Amino acid sequence: MTANIQEMRMAHKLLARMDYELGKVEKGYTNRTLYINLSDNTIKSKPVTEQMKEIFVGGRGFGLWLLWNAVTGNTKWNDPENEIIISTGPIGGITQYPGAGKSLVVSLSPCGSVMDSNVGGHFGPLLKFAGWDAIEVQGKAENDVIVYIDGNKGYVTIEEAPKEDVDSHLLVEQLTDMYADSEEDKRNIAIVSAGRGAENTLIGMLNFSFYDVKRGVPRLKQAGRGGIGTVFRDKKIKALVVKYAGVKGDSNGPADKQKLINAGIKLHKEIHDLDKLQNRMREVGTAHLTEIMNDYDLLPVMNYKYGSHPDAVKLHSEVFKKYFTQGMPDGCWHGCSMACAKAVDNFTLKTGPYKGQKVCVDAAEYETIAGLGSNCGIFDPEYVIEANFYCDTYGLDTISTGTLIAFIMECYEAGILNKEITGGLDLRFGNAEAAMELIHQMGNGVGFGKIAGLGVHRMKKIFVEEYGADPNFVQDIGMELKGLEYSEYVSKESLAQQGGYALTNKGPQHDEAWLIFMDMVNKQIPTFEDKAEALFYFPMFRTWFGLNGLCKLPWNDIEPADNATTDEPAKVPEHVQNYIDLFNGVTGKNITKEELILQSERVYNFQRIFNLKMGYGTREYDIPPYRSMGPVTVEEYESRAERYDNQLKEIGYDIEGMSTEEKVKALRKYREDQYQKLCDAVYKRRGWTSNGVPTLETVKRLGIDFPDVVELISKHQ
Amino acid sequence: MKIVKTKAELCNGCGACMTACSKVLYKVEDPEKSAIRVKKKSEAPNSYEIYVCNHCGECVPVCNVEAMYQHKSGAIRVKADKCVGCYMCVGFCPNNVLFVHPEINEPIKCIACGSCVRACPTGALSFEEK
Repeated sequence: MTANIQEMRMAHKLLARMDYELGKVEKGYTNRTLYINLSDNTIKSKPVTEQMKEIFVGGRGFGLWLLWNAVTGNTKWNDPENEIIISTGPIGGITQYPGAGKSLVVSLSPCGSVMDSNVGGHFGPLLKFAGWDAIEVQGKAENDVIVYIDGNKGYVTIEEAPKEDVDSHLLVEQLTDMYADSEEDKRNIAIVSAGRGAENTLIGMLNFSFYDVKRGVPRLKQAGRGGIGTVFRDKKIKALVVKYAGVKGDSNGPADKQKLINAGIKLHKEIHDLDKLQNRMREVGTAHLTEIMNDYDLLPVMNYKYGSHPDAVKLHSEVFKKYFTQGMPDGCWHGCSMACAKAVDNFTLKTGPYKGQKVCVDAAEYETIAGLGSNCGIFDPEYVIEANFYCDTYGLDTISTGTLIAFIMECYEAGILNKEITGGLDLRFGNAEAAMELIHQMGNGVGFGKIAGLGVHRMKKIFVEEYGADPNFVQDIGMELKGLEYSEYVSKESLAQQGGYALTNKGPQHDEAWLIFMDMVNKQIPTFEDKAEALFYFPMFRTWFGLNGLCKLPWNDIEPADNATTDEPAKVPEHVQNYIDLFNGVTGKNITKEELILQSERVYNFQRIFNLKMGYGTREYDIPPYRSMGPVTVEEYESRAERYDNQLKEIGYDIEGMSTEEKVKALRKYREDQYQKLCDAVYKRRGWTSNGVPTLETVKRLGIDFPDVVELISKHQ
Repeated sequence: MKIVKTKAELCNGCGACMTACSKVLYKVEDPEKSAIRVKKKSEAPNSYEIYVCNHCGECVPVCNVEAMYQHKSGAIRVKADKCVGCYMCVGFCPNNVLFVHPEINEPIKCIACGSCVRACPTGALSFEEK
């Protein structure tokens, strides 16, 4: 430990300590959760009941249940009653299968909705091996604090920590040094942190660390969506730190380890043999998507106006591959042979407070490349890497940051904003320098960054009320719903994906369903009923990853060689069976693929009802901005005139003599009507009322008919 | 360094190599805990395949925790205390010569000690320069 770190540690003031019996993980559970209240410095252990395991499984399910019991319908994101809950899930922490170390974070979001975020790094698994299925943090500290959990010695402390940096790349390095007894011990430390930008915006995210043994640096993975980093800093949490030495293949206490071994080795072999022929995740991570999306006209360009751009070639994976360090371990938990978490080593920063320094950047994933890059009309890979670094260390979500800057740029070009309003920033599409400066302003909470950091939802209101924007125009082009900025795909030509985005619990994020190829390219789900079935199955199936501490990518970003010849290739049946084997192998239960969906359905519906409790969760909150459904402007229409003209002809319009404005209007009427019909079909399939509320029959069938749930939904039947 | 080389056509399937190996590695006589495996190829007499590591080293960079390493002797070995039992090395082994057992955390791997060669009664195994 250097003198500097020693001094930081000496400045810590112990506020509370709880010693505890080291537990044992049995069949994926420790059967207790750790409760912390920062207002009165309470630390206590709470039991996990059989009912919790049966109905909520773990991970996001546990988070939602604990939060439901902590808040009322009137609680706001920045009330002390709000909580941040982190939990992995019963499978989380196994080392034998790729993508099995995820943490799920749940909180009331500054967006308004009930937020969940799925993140890598080692915190969730080490927390469990330290003896806790979840950590639940409530209350607000007076001054910056660190919560430290020592999973080998068996104690938890709350410590005031005034001297460490707040920005994650520095803080995480400092705390890794501080709490590790030696270089060798660093691998046993995992940290959750945010950054200065999480304090100064409403789109703050959380960094989850893991120590990269070969690079000799801590790495950062992000719980990006929904502003939970902002909640974290509002509670004056500087960091959560867990230390646990001794991770082994049976640390998760599986009932039948052989099942995990069989599934794991089979998938490792698949990845070894086929990844290079399929998605090249080991080489370039999700960056491979940039060129595919550009080819299929799905890459967001200039605030989702367009789906491709000639300059997108500058952001293709081959370009990023030159920056990524190759042949290094890039899994964010043990055993992830998919290894998509790419890093750029020794990147020299060109701007901002760390200008000139060489840093290791966890960069860049597809969403970041598309959001910060093409969607802002910026086709410069070094800008993307630099912006990615600063978003991470400041604690800003790269997706929301990209989408909101794109919105600002369109408003700037439309004359709603000007240099006077932006404090001199010339925020035209493509201006990387201005965009970078805006990110620094957001991080520091100064200048126009203060407004930008509020997110698209709040900016729309400000632009109308203060800068005279046309409310219909900003509503149409502001790519947010339920307060959350859209993630980075153009859904205009896929009705199913419009629903995939908008009919989500937490807001327009593609983690529930990505149906564009099934719908638009392969035309496998032509009818409303087909689309509704897909919008039932895939959101439920993918919810299950979040109940169990799993990553979605090893499900279908690698496919068995014979997958295309199976009955339902889109579901990747062999991998579904792997997941059933993992669950049964860990818990000793004997679930089927139908019960897997049922587990998700319980939690999914509960979350929908939780949104209802918080004043959302009805049909009116499921209607997307028109930019996600079709062309808002004449220039957009004309960019795909042939496609749109054909659609108008198909639905019976005689387009001869129609002006483009008339065509835009006619197409919009049709598409909005189609979307409403889609809602009807999806609600019906999900067992909801026409207003999008789960019916009494549905909650009874699912066994979530708790008295307060029944009372709440009864008002909406 | 010397590695185990095989002449499968000389193998009679007696399993002495596996017994000797498991005894060295885990102090038990259990073919399931051996780093060399003899498998029947077909129903024909003396038709066997022998699987044993050639110390190519492809598994070393696959390991995230630096448990797999090259020993000063040149042999590729596993540090059991560092291994987290993920078996990526097993799945990525080009010759399928790393093995697992549910009671053992780390992959079962040849250490190039030559005890299987000494135990082989037929000359199917030899200890030769790599």
